[in-house]
Amino acid sequence: MSQQLNDFSDELTRLLPAGALLLSAEARRPYECDGLTGYRELPAMVALPQTFEQVREILRLCQQYQVPLVARGAGTGLSGGATPHSEGVLLSMARFSRIIEINPRARTARVQPGVRNLAISEAVAEHGLYYAPDPSSQIACTIGGNVAENAGGVHCLKYGLTVHNVIAAQVVLMGGDVINVGGTALDTPGYDLLATMIGSEGMLGVVTEVTVRLLPLPDAAKVLLAAFDTVESAAAAVAQVIAAGIIPAGLEMMDNPAIVAAEDFVQAGYPKDAAAILLCELDGTIAEVEADIQKVSGLLCESGARTVEVARDEAERVRFWSGRKNAFPAIGRISPDYYCIDGTIPRKAVAKVLAGIEQLSAQSGLRVANVFHAGDGNLHPLILYDASKPGEFARTEALGGQILDLCVQAGGTITGEHGVGLEKINQMCVQFTDQELDQFHALKAVFDPDGLLNPGKAVPTLARCAEFNAMHVHGGELAHPQIPRL
Amino acid sequence: MDSFVESLQARIITAGESGTCLNIVGGNSKHFYGGVPHGEPLAMDVHQGIVSYEPTELVVTARTGTPLVELEQVLAESRQMLPFEPPAFGAGATIGGTIACGFSGPARPYRGAVRDFILGVSCVSGRGEYLRFGGQVIKNVAGYDVSRLMVGAMGTLGVMTEVSLKVLPLPVIERTLVFDCSGNDALVKMNDLGGRPLPVSGTAWHGGRLRVRLSGSEMAVESAALSLGGDLDIAGASFWQALKEHRLDFFGGSDPLWRLSITPPAQLPDLPGEFLVEWGGALFWVRGDDPQALVALARAQGGSLTRFRGSERSASFQSSGDTEAALNRGLKKAFDPTGILNRDRMFAGS
Ligand SMILES: Cc1cc2nc3c(=O)[nH]c(=O)nc-3n(C[C@H](O)[C@H](O)[C@H](O)COP(=O)(O)OP(=O)(O)OC[C@H]3O[C@@H](n4cnc5c(N)ncnc54)[C@H](O)[C@@H]3O)c2cc1C
Repeated sequence: MSQQLNDFSDELTRLLPAGALLLSAEARRPYECDGLTGYRELPAMVALPQTFEQVREILRLCQQYQVPLVARGAGTGLSGGATPHSEGVLLSMARFSRIIEINPRARTARVQPGVRNLAISEAVAEHGLYYAPDPSSQIACTIGGNVAENAGGVHCLKYGLTVHNVIAAQVVLMGGDVINVGGTALDTPGYDLLATMIGSEGMLGVVTEVTVRLLPLPDAAKVLLAAFDTVESAAAAVAQVIAAGIIPAGLEMMDNPAIVAAEDFVQAGYPKDAAAILLCELDGTIAEVEADIQKVSGLLCESGARTVEVARDEAERVRFWSGRKNAFPAIGRISPDYYCIDGTIPRKAVAKVLAGIEQLSAQSGLRVANVFHAGDGNLHPLILYDASKPGEFARTEALGGQILDLCVQAGGTITGEHGVGLEKINQMCVQFTDQELDQFHALKAVFDPDGLLNPGKAVPTLARCAEFNAMHVHGGELAHPQIPRL
Repeated sequence: MDSFVESLQARIITAGESGTCLNIVGGNSKHFYGGVPHGEPLAMDVHQGIVSYEPTELVVTARTGTPLVELEQVLAESRQMLPFEPPAFGAGATIGGTIACGFSGPARPYRGAVRDFILGVSCVSGRGEYLRFGGQVIKNVAGYDVSRLMVGAMGTLGVMTEVSLKVLPLPVIERTLVFDCSGNDALVKMNDLGGRPLPVSGTAWHGGRLRVRLSGSEMAVESAALSLGGDLDIAGASFWQALKEHRLDFFGGSDPLWRLSITPPAQLPDLPGEFLVEWGGALFWVRGDDPQALVALARAQGGSLTRFRGSERSASFQSSGDTEAALNRGLKKAFDPTGILNRDRMFAGS
């Protein structure tokens, strides 16, 4: 540790209670990666503050000693956003796990950032309310991490992403200044700093309090399971439903490898010989849901669904969803490792992009299973690989990069909900021009002029892009495939 | 890139070099709002046209000079709409001005605001650089959310040239119910409605009458109407249109109009002038000459007060605190270093 870092660590030792500053290698080890386990780095130290004042003071000291800081929620992020900095402090917000206030009349809840996503819905259920964004990781991920990544879930087609459901936040800036953004009124004058903060990947400030909007639980929710013989017909069916003026609460698709893995794992009742399945959830009043179920069943049949089943009761509804919600661990059972991609494309390009992915998968010799939020075109191809085989992670990453290029070419984006983090930083050079990246850097500098918050993440330097673009040939072919890229 | 954008870039670069302020004008329908516009007019209404629209994608991309009415008409032909129900405040209103002002109509609490439906923005910054943020897909977290930052920024961060918006299906039917009740009863009822899974798309109270708009599928609307009671307002559609466009009698005359956006109160606050409540109790329109009482009220109810029309318009918007003010200034500088775009329109002096 440098002298500077030593002095900083002494300050933190004085500031924090016993056990709230981790310095030994074995204590720091659990924090070396987030959900993207291919990237690991031991932080110089881990701080686990308990009070708002401690957080402020830590950020003040970071500025004073010029020490980088990486915030962390539950560490379920899939883009390496919470990967530590070797010369910096990892700030775990895990101890901020209190629900501060539930206001059933205003239908809002004010919570600390370390509160788990699902814990909010559980706490407000007695008032007939819930918090809508439901990432598959909702039992573990925190609302602070959700804000940082603008997390989505299977219900965001109808109910929106984190940005649509978080109404206010308290944020500590690097240096210790505090801002309150958004509010409980429906709008606030001035620039929309709340929107800027959401999805900013821990680069602009540390979120210390979040106010969420709660929705009334629908009277009824029903789910349909439709099986298709081709991916094309499943994709066309999605467009048909939307064209009919119906916005389902959730509209999810899985391809055959994902269906098989999920069915073997949780016995959700999926037909293992189908090329694709769609799960379509409709909610609203009882009468409305009945009418919509009839209509959507008809549309799905017309679009070539082989079978359409309506979950008969709540137990079956939960079972239909369980396959989708457990798709990632299901893949985890059939492959030593998997790598989750997060591109978004216009819905009309789904069949074409899936065909492209299949081709790339065959070329690379790595299997791919596809799970995705079909309603909003957010793909999650899961690349199956074995990290213990030399070079296989590098090949996996290269394939992931090619898939993201395909998404950008189709008019889409490199990340729908997992963020750029460390993982997709090179693809940022494909999606944005130098001038656009420069504008991002200028925005970052307004909040964090010394660049101490989460350095090296989310927005690449122009030098990095110049290097990357020199190596990178559009259309998926790498210029020097023999050179390992880590 | 088209020649309009290139000439726009050239114009902005020249203006930056000479320190000439530019006054971005769409349809000039909202010139009354914010700080007094000044500088050389920069006409955007020549930059018209829908760039792409595929109803099954629920996304439309349009040049910012496209008239709002035209865009809404094209969407309506495919039975779709801008969910935030923007007021036009004049025949010439453009989609660019609509996004820049960030106004949403009566459906705001129920369907969302402008910022909830913006997907992407192309713009020319104060440096004259052509930049594109967001995109045409519904989910996108690559890079900071500059598109949302542009909403309500009054053109002070960049001249938007194209916007992509998420659209939604038009409701199959709409019904307006009217109830005779006191303001306090109306607040209670509005709050109660918001807490139930009903197809409510608008609420407004004025002069002893509460109106509730229901929109959606026939089944949902009819069954909600039955359970809520009240009287059917057969002129409902024109009421909401007149409310949105400020053409109700309440909005007439020359008294200053104040916009009080607050956390919905449990009881009617003591207001110094005639008023109208909408947005489930979260938005009060107040007439009168005495903003002092309103300022205090805004503060007490966690909200803000904006001069909308009439009265003194020197200071346009206030930041909520010193740190926020520094960030607002910093952002302006990051996008428009020489401060030439719609100067003073948002914050005095920048
Ligand atoms: C099995 C699985 C399924 C998933 N499914 C989904 C899904 O359906 N939808 C989806 O969107 N995501 C999904 N994810 C990704 C992940 O769960 C989300 O990105 C989540 O929002 C991360 O929350 P976290 O608390 O784990 O944050 P972390 O991983 O700890 O951190 C994520 C980022 O947030 C920053 N951060 C954390 N807390 C704060 C704070 N208080 N202030 C400032 N910055 C902070 C970190 O610095 C980092 O950049 C999934 C992940 C897994 C492992």
